[in-house]
Amino acid sequence: MTDFKNAGELLNLCNKKNLRISDVMKQRECDLGETTMEEIHSRMKKTLEIMKQSAHEPLETAVKSMGGLIGGEAQKLGDHRKQKEHICGDVLSRGISYAMAVLEVSASMGVIVAAPTAGSAGIVPGLLLSLQQQYQLTDEQVLDALFNAGAIGYLAMRNATVAGAVGGCQAEVGVASAMAASAAVELMGGGPSQSLDAASTVLVNMLGLVCDPVGGLVEYPCQNRNASGVANALVAAEIALSGIRQMIPFDEMLDTMYQVGKRMPYELRETALGGCAATPSGCAACGIHR
Amino acid sequence: MAFISVFDVIGPNMIGPSSSHTAGACAIAYLAQKMKSGSLKRVEFTLYGSFAKTGHGHGTDRALLGGIMGFDTDDPRIRDSFQIAKEQGIEFSFTSDEKETEIYPNTVDIRMVSDNGREMNVRGESLGGGKIRIVRINHVEVDFTGEYNAVIIIQQDRPGVAAHITRCLGERHVNIAFMRIFRESKGEKAYTIVESDEKLPADITEQLMENPHVQDVMIIQN
Repeated sequence: MTDFKNAGELLNLCNKKNLRISDVMKQRECDLGETTMEEIHSRMKKTLEIMKQSAHEPLETAVKSMGGLIGGEAQKLGDHRKQKEHICGDVLSRGISYAMAVLEVSASMGVIVAAPTAGSAGIVPGLLLSLQQQYQLTDEQVLDALFNAGAIGYLAMRNATVAGAVGGCQAEVGVASAMAASAAVELMGGGPSQSLDAASTVLVNMLGLVCDPVGGLVEYPCQNRNASGVANALVAAEIALSGIRQMIPFDEMLDTMYQVGKRMPYELRETALGGCAATPSGCAACGIHR
Repeated sequence: MAFISVFDVIGPNMIGPSSSHTAGACAIAYLAQKMKSGSLKRVEFTLYGSFAKTGHGHGTDRALLGGIMGFDTDDPRIRDSFQIAKEQGIEFSFTSDEKETEIYPNTVDIRMVSDNGREMNVRGESLGGGKIRIVRINHVEVDFTGEYNAVIIIQQDRPGVAAHITRCLGERHVNIAFMRIFRESKGEKAYTIVESDEKLPADITEQLMENPHVQDVMIIQN
């Protein structure tokens, strides 16, 4: 039975058998889920299809959200990338437009893949699909990267939380970004310890981020935060790939993220009573749309 | 601890915007409709807490109605569930109860009336990330997640009924993962919820009904 309870055990499994994080996660899924490689492969393929569709569609056709706070942002970014000189570079520019696109689809009741939650669903597909396009990677490679991302998210669900109501936005967008960073490292040829370092870096950099949706809706600032989650993941992956090591291992950062989350005031944990939601403009917007 | 699958992390595949307010709402109603008998004629939803406050902007109402018609969390028909329910001749209503505060924030009460006149009341809670649980069936407090195959038995609270149930399941080689009995009060109506790893044989209902104290049996397969 292949299983691991924390990142330390995961790294041991990788090192002992010279496996990638995605390999270990796939084996774990087969063993504990009592299923086959073929079955999980075809299921993840369906997942990837939904991710692609939700990342691409709003760039063609802008959609208005149910709550009315967002809509059309992905297309603006896409047009900006094509027409003007953009300052982010292709990978990041495309990545943030995809991430915002997914939130647009989600907020208009389209089909998305929660990764790990609906409110943070843009980050993993945003970065991975952008890298795929930039470096002409195959779907098979991206599928593997999704299993890598799944390993990081699983550890967060098991040992901390991915609910904004429990741990703030750091637990949703933070974890999603850590998942994307780790997966990006593996996708670009980095090893397991580099993946875990990248995931740790993200949590260091996003520690303390509060969950403060305007009007209580998964729209604003969530969509912006998904874009910034892509940027954070990209930065962390680049740092790890350059060979820079992190002082604090992922397990410790996950634990401290959880502790910080639990100490966050109630108003800043998805109650729409503090943060952006409590600003005069945020209140005015939710007054209109409620 | 229950197994966390990679598809619990990269998933569920769902209609947005919220795993708790949309996918969770749909999942509660989806589970509830498996407990009804006959075809649905009328459904009444009462929303509490955050469901009542922000439900409309999250499509909680459309998701509940979609779920009650058997739509899964990633079914695009959820968007048009009001129209589809009208076409199917299902009457529906939504009531917000913001006064009740001594209740889990994302709670819904569902009252279903079937064309055979039978009524079923189910209370569900959305726990986040698309996870849910059923906490009340009719007037009895229960605790049931729908993650396993389950059989719900409505019975008179009498000696020997539980033994009858386990014997029936044992004879059919069904391994019991969890079994709990909830009751209104001593000697009154009781609910036994049995969750199992295996699929339940379709004709187990008849065998369970052989005991005179068993009033109804609901099979909920994954």
